[in-house]
Amino acid sequence: MVSGIPVPRAPVAAPPILSAQGLGKAFGKFRALSGVTVDFPEGGITAIIGPNGAGKSTFFNLISGAVPPSEGRVLFRGRDITGLPPHRFARMGIAKSFQITNVFPHLTVRENVRVAAQARNVRVPLFRDRSAFPELTERAEALLGAVGLGHRLDRLARELAHGEQRALEIAVALAAEPSLLLLDEPTAGMSPEETRAMMDLVQRLAETCTLILVEHKMKLVMGLCRRLVVLHQGQLLAEGTPDDIRAHPEVRRVYLGKSA
Amino acid sequence: MSAQTTTPVGAAASPAASPAARPGAGRTGRWLALASRHRVALTLAFLVVFPWIAPYQALAANILVLGLYALGFNLLFGYTGLLSFGHAAFLGGGAYGSGIAIVHYGLHPVLALVAGTLLATLIAVAMGALAIRTRGIYFAMTTLALSMCVYYAFYQAESFTGGENGLRGINVPSLSLPGFRLDLLNPTVKYYAVLAVVGLAVWLFSRLLSSPFGAALEAIRENENRAQACGYDVRRMKLVAFVISGALCGLAGALQAIHLSIVPIETMHYSTSGQAVMMALLGGMGTFFGPFVGAATFSLLQDGLTTLTSHWQLFVGAIFIAFVLFLPLGIWGEVLARLRRAGW
Repeated sequence: MVSGIPVPRAPVAAPPILSAQGLGKAFGKFRALSGVTVDFPEGGITAIIGPNGAGKSTFFNLISGAVPPSEGRVLFRGRDITGLPPHRFARMGIAKSFQITNVFPHLTVRENVRVAAQARNVRVPLFRDRSAFPELTERAEALLGAVGLGHRLDRLARELAHGEQRALEIAVALAAEPSLLLLDEPTAGMSPEETRAMMDLVQRLAETCTLILVEHKMKLVMGLCRRLVVLHQGQLLAEGTPDDIRAHPEVRRVYLGKSA
Repeated sequence: MSAQTTTPVGAAASPAASPAARPGAGRTGRWLALASRHRVALTLAFLVVFPWIAPYQALAANILVLGLYALGFNLLFGYTGLLSFGHAAFLGGGAYGSGIAIVHYGLHPVLALVAGTLLATLIAVAMGALAIRTRGIYFAMTTLALSMCVYYAFYQAESFTGGENGLRGINVPSLSLPGFRLDLLNPTVKYYAVLAVVGLAVWLFSRLLSSPFGAALEAIRENENRAQACGYDVRRMKLVAFVISGALCGLAGALQAIHLSIVPIETMHYSTSGQAVMMALLGGMGTFFGPFVGAATFSLLQDGLTTLTSHWQLFVGAIFIAFVLFLPLGIWGEVLARLRRAGW
């Protein structure tokens, strides 16, 4: 489909793409997260779920490099990346979308993705024209077509509908050709139609790169993810396949019991 | 398709989808795009005829220099989204640098311009390295505090800078270049000599804005966190923008020293930093031509009001407040926005 997106890898028992080792975060005396150790396999979708206040967003911020952990380490393909600045995470191939829509509001839709694609180069030339890099524009337009925004290229990002802005944000995240894409509640605040479109998109993306997503609505992810990680009160409660999780007595008690 | 949808959650979704909301569509949009492509030529064309519409030519040269000062400031304020209250240190650094080079070392004026710009660049590296660690209001306050340190250092170095009396005697009656000699006592010749330098700076500035680096600066202005998550080393890029901005303002200062043949100590005072903010906002922040409009407006107001009252700053202040409240886009920004909205 879209050229330039990494070729899908065979889902053999590969080493984990990302590992959290004893991750914890304290805000003052409040321990938002403690001692979480999880391996994320390469390929497919892993969902991080849990009730409100379980520490999902904190965990997301730690593994995406937005916030440094108070304890523990984050490994990307076996390499310790704990405490590296966010732009280094991006350069290594870890992209993310934020929980709150996070685009460049006064730039056009095309420029949003073009400028993100441009960031892959370590050097940003000071005196060559932007038009000297047509491949970036082509790439931006191809990605926008893939997320369903091909007809909105010249709009300003802030003029888009909420669901479209979320799709744009995913195109922005994909522009850097990541091997790992982290999504924080991609369907937050969306209408049912927008949610369905987003989940379709997520499913298609999983064919080309590894996805880790935080989701509040468990039903949404049960059908499409390969693995689930359940957090509860700042700690790892369970991990495994959707079937494992459904059968897990503790999970049923704290989570399914309420929503079922 | 969206007609029969009942959206309980994402109700905010629909209104943005109204058609023809895209600004700059149609013929006006095409003309504006064309003008934007030739912005350097258009700006220079205006500046070439400007002395013939300005009240007098010395004022035209003042406006030209202040326009360059506002242009440099606008790189940081309008295009990178950083509000500095310390740019007087760069204007002053450039002015003292070139003034001292001429008065104390008898350097050629062209070399003095280079010396002034270099001094301002060095000050910008030092100030920027400290200031970019902070954000928002703290950034503004840090630049203000650091620029006051620079001010007092120059104030104290009396044997070099003339201290309170300012640096006097920067006499450049003529400029000898290989092959010809320019009589700078002739105000018209002086204006066009200054314009040659400003024109070069305007061209470089335009190249910078349309480069990938310029695109990255706009991304940082729009959303710093997102830019960082895309892989931009935001701190480093801010520092580079800060230094280039300081260098452009330093060049303006160096030109001003030669133009006025004196560097008053007030050049470095924080009120001069405030003047940059005012000119950028009057003209239109983040617009290419706005700084010159702002500089002209400010200078003409000052020039006109000082003949009427000694409290001219009171009126400039009132006009400035009116702009912030009622014309936040500035004069040029408002003109562009109206043209876009007209859309014929």
